[in-house]
Amino acid sequence: MIALRRASIGLGGRTVLRDVDFAAGPGELVALCGPNGAGKTTLLRALAGLLADLPRPDPRRVAYLPQGARCAWGLTVREVAALGRIPHRDAAVAPVTSALTACGILPLSEARIDRISGGEARRAMLARAFATEPEVFLLDEPTADLDPAAAHAILRLLRATADAGRTIVVVLHAVEMAIAYAHRVVVVQAGRIAADLPADQALPAAASAFGLRVGVDLSPRLLPPA
Amino acid sequence: MTGRLALLLAALFAASLLIGDGFVGVPDALILWQLRLPRTLLAALVGGGLGLSGAVLQGALRNPLADPGLLGITGTAGLGAVIAFYWGLSQHFPPALPAGGLLGASVGAALLLVFAGRAPSGPSLILAGVAVSAIASALLALALALAPNPFALADITVWLMGGLMDRTLTHVALAAPPILVGMALLLRLGPGLDALSLGEDAAATLGMPVAHTLRLAAAGTALAVGAGAAVAGAIGFVGLVVPHLLRPLLGRRPGALLPGAALGGAALLVVADMLVRLAPFALPISAPVPVGVLTALLGAPFLVVILRKAGPWDP
Repeated sequence: MIALRRASIGLGGRTVLRDVDFAAGPGELVALCGPNGAGKTTLLRALAGLLADLPRPDPRRVAYLPQGARCAWGLTVREVAALGRIPHRDAAVAPVTSALTACGILPLSEARIDRISGGEARRAMLARAFATEPEVFLLDEPTADLDPAAAHAILRLLRATADAGRTIVVVLHAVEMAIAYAHRVVVVQAGRIAADLPADQALPAAASAFGLRVGVDLSPRLLPPA
Repeated sequence: MTGRLALLLAALFAASLLIGDGFVGVPDALILWQLRLPRTLLAALVGGGLGLSGAVLQGALRNPLADPGLLGITGTAGLGAVIAFYWGLSQHFPPALPAGGLLGASVGAALLLVFAGRAPSGPSLILAGVAVSAIASALLALALALAPNPFALADITVWLMGGLMDRTLTHVALAAPPILVGMALLLRLGPGLDALSLGEDAAATLGMPVAHTLRLAAAGTALAVGAGAAVAGAIGFVGLVVPHLLRPLLGRRPGALLPGAALGGAALLVVADMLVRLAPFALPISAPVPVGVLTALLGAPFLVVILRKAGPWDP
C-alpha cells in the first residue's frame, strides 16, 4: 500500500501537483498516464519520498526506478542488480539471481551494462528493483526506448508481479499498453488527477487528456505474442 | 588482490629505505631515522590519502576525471604554507610551514562545506570546489606578487611543486593523524558510493543519505589531502590515476576500489619518490626532480593508455 493525501507540490515556484489524493494497494498495477509536464513523474517522486517535506518510505519496502535510469562505471549486470540489496545490507545471491531470471537478463549477468543494448540495460535496471524484493514498485517509464516485443514482455512481467500481490505504480506514455496491462489507469492532467478508472474504462478520459479522439481503427497493427 | 597490493607496498617501503640520493644500500641508523624513514612514511601516507580520495570523489561525483585537487583544498593548504613562509614564521620555527598548511587546509575545508550548502549534490560540491580553488589561487598569486625578496619567491615555488625531501618525523607527526582520520572516514563510504552509481535519486531511495555521504567525502578528502599537501606540497595525478589503474584488477564497483586505492596510491608515491632519488644515476641533473612533476609525467601517458584500452563508457 502506498498513498499520498491532499498533496500540493511546487517546484521552482511553479505548482506541479495540486491537491492530489492517490493510493495503490497490493495486487494492483496502476498506470499513470497523461501529457508531458502533467506531473506524473513528480507524483511518482512524491510517492518515493524524494521531494522535500514528504516522508521517505522504508527502502526495503519500496523500490523506485527513475526515468531514463542509468548506472555509472560500466558495472556488470549482476553487480547492478546486486545494488538492489543495499537496503537490506546483505549480499544475498538468491534474490539477485531470481531477479535477473524474472527480468530475462540472467544470460547477460557478467556483461557490462554499458556494453549491452538499451533494452537489455533497462531490464538490468528493473532487475535491480526486483532484487530488493519490495512490496511496492515505483517505475518511471520502464518501457521507454524498448522495442515493442520487449515492452510487452516487461509489462507482462509487471502484471504477473502485481497479480502475485505486489503494488506497482508505473508511469507510461503508451496509453494503449497501459490499458492492455494495468488494473487501473490514473490520468494526470495539469497537476491534478483528471480520472482514476479501471483500465478497460479509461480510454475516453485518457484521450481527452491528450486532446485525441477515440475511435476504432481496423488497419493491421502489431499485437503481443499469443 | 588487496592483500597482494599490501605486500607490494611493504616491499616497496623496504626498498625505499635502502635507496639514497644516488646511492643504494643499507644506510646507517641516523640516515635511516632522520631521512629515509620520515620520507618513506610520508610518501605512503600522502599517496594513500590521494589515491583513496581520488577513488571516493570519482565514485561520489560519478566522474572518471575527478581528482582530489578539484575541491581546492590542495590550494588552500599551499596558501597557508606560503603565508607562514611569507611572514618569516617558518624561518624561526620550521614546523610553522606544515602547520600553516594544515590551517589553510582546515579553512579551505570549512569554506568548501559552507559553499556546498546544507544538502550538497554532486554539482554543488564541484561548484564549491571551483570557488575554493579560485580563491586559493588568487590569494596565492597575491602572496607571490608581494613576496619580500626573490629568494623567498624561489623557495615558495619549489615548495609548491611538491616534494618529500628533508622531511622529518615532526612532519610525519603533524600530518599522520589528520590523514589517518580522513582515510578512516573515506573507507566507510563504500555502500554509499555503490548506491550513487545509480544516481542521487536512486541512491536516496535505496536508503543512502546522499548529502551526508557527499559531505563526508568532502570532509575526509579535506583531511587526507589537505594534511598531505601541508607537508608535501601539491602532488598531482596520483588521485586521478590510481582508481583507473585499479579498476581492471579490483572491479568497477566504486566501493570495491577503496582499500586498494589507498594501498595503490601509497605504493605509487613511494615508487615515484624512489625514482626521484635514483634520477641522478640516470640523468645529468644536479637539482632533485620534484616528485609532483614525476607523478604527472608518468601518470598522464598511463591514464591515456588505460582509458584507450577500456574504451568508451558511461559516464
